[in-house]
Amino acid sequence: MSELRELYQEIILDHNKNPRNFGQLEGANRTQEGYNPLCGDHLHVHLRIEQDRIEEVRFEGSGCAISKASASLMTAAIKGKNVAEAERLFDDFHAMVMADVAEPIDEAKLGKMAIFAGVREFPMRVKCATLAWHAMKAALSGDQAPISTE
Amino acid sequence: MDEAQREGSSEVLDVERIRRDFPVLQERIRGKELIYLDNAATTQKPLTVAYALQHYYTSENANIHRGVHLLSQQATFSYERARGRVGQFLNAAEPSEIVFVRGATEAVNLVAHSYGRGHVGPGDEVIVTQMEHHSNIVPWQVLCEEKGAVLKVVPISDDGALILEAYEELLSERTRIVAVTHASNALGTINPIKTMIDMAHACGAVVLVDGAQGVPHMHVDVQALDCDFYVFSGHKLFAPTGTGALYGKKHLLEAMPPWETGGGMIQRVSFEKGTTYADVPTRFEAGTPHIAGGIGLAAAIDYVNSIGRTAIAEYEEELLRYATDLLSDIEGVRLIGTAAEKVGVISFVMDEAHPHDIGTILDAEGIAVRAGHHCAQPLMQFYGVPATVRASLAFYNTRAEMDALAEGIRKVREVFN
Repeated sequence: MSELRELYQEIILDHNKNPRNFGQLEGANRTQEGYNPLCGDHLHVHLRIEQDRIEEVRFEGSGCAISKASASLMTAAIKGKNVAEAERLFDDFHAMVMADVAEPIDEAKLGKMAIFAGVREFPMRVKCATLAWHAMKAALSGDQAPISTE
Repeated sequence: MDEAQREGSSEVLDVERIRRDFPVLQERIRGKELIYLDNAATTQKPLTVAYALQHYYTSENANIHRGVHLLSQQATFSYERARGRVGQFLNAAEPSEIVFVRGATEAVNLVAHSYGRGHVGPGDEVIVTQMEHHSNIVPWQVLCEEKGAVLKVVPISDDGALILEAYEELLSERTRIVAVTHASNALGTINPIKTMIDMAHACGAVVLVDGAQGVPHMHVDVQALDCDFYVFSGHKLFAPTGTGALYGKKHLLEAMPPWETGGGMIQRVSFEKGTTYADVPTRFEAGTPHIAGGIGLAAAIDYVNSIGRTAIAEYEEELLRYATDLLSDIEGVRLIGTAAEKVGVISFVMDEAHPHDIGTILDAEGIAVRAGHHCAQPLMQFYGVPATVRASLAFYNTRAEMDALAEGIRKVREVFN
């Protein structure tokens, strides 16, 4: 049960129930679809980027608690960042969830995103935690094709 | 149900003894006893099946149908004996009506390619149902696209039962093939296949029954059903993965061209005179088959017969009823698939938690369920859900495990409320 509590922490449950920056984004100049057909997680990430800065970010869609909370926390984390910073956050987040369970977590670097470290105990759920992030990264690079993490 | 069953100890089956035949059931998952409720995905294997594989590979291993040496003859004997076992199991008229395949998926593809291409033309119709597994949809879709034929879908009612009146209306003189599942892998619904077969035959259509969820749970008699094709996967019947069988009526198989070609399926190969093909069923078995797997499948069938299919059906029906009652009592749980006739499959969703979150929380309790669309996306679309949680039963499951499942679901509510 402790591994489970590690995964389903209050912050994750809260962001699942009350996702931040949820909905359409007027004036978005980048939109990216992320879809995992096997599990059904499906979301769109909308960005408004001006002069290399992520001015606004919202997401919409449906999925499990992990994918929704991850998307919600991601929007909060990248808002106001420039493209290189957002990409660096992606790299840090990705490295954390893919790392071995024994690997220590650099909370200073990861901030709130560190709460997703628990997903490493459940490798099948890593794809849920990374869906929004991959969609965001593809949006930054201007890729149009829908992405999947399955 | 008699008194003993109500008390939890079944007179029908000695489940405690049966469980000792499945060593994996003693495994611990995340520190908890494994509760394996993913039997519709694949079943566990009894020791006798593992021993059959071991015996073959340590004492009999040789290629079949071609050696003059004794070992090859023994392997051939064992493999053909296995075919006979499958034939008896389905009550086929003769063993040659059984084609060994990798699983139900390959069998459906074989029929769609070999029979379908010869019998379905532009404007013809193929009928499937709303509750089919993708493996009994996509081969027919591809066939219809290729031939300019029309794929028709029998609708279901909210409880997950087929609407027979709609089926009757869909049938016509243009219907060439009806492909229907014996029991739904996602809902558990048992379809009235005997009636459906008779109705199809009255229109001159042939019927393929997907028995992947039929044979593990009930007695099947292909002659009594009068079905034209019946397919199943061995690994859902306590046998190794990569095994399965296609039953086809002899005269239909004999009229069908080969599907895969190569060694083993020929009578004679000549650059000048061309190639002639072997008789059925060998014609459909190109290349060296999964010999050990076929022998393992026969061992699994022997095991199932030793318990008795009637006893299995009775036991599972009672267990299903017990579990259904338990889960119905939990607030926030919505059962998907409540038809009157069901095999041991319980699909459900919950108000507050996504199926994948439920699956993970149950996993942490050692309970293995499936969360997803169960390769039945059209069915998920019908119910308006992206996925369900599915607990699927086998005869080695117990009431205590059903209690644990209900307890696990209550934990989900605790976490999410």
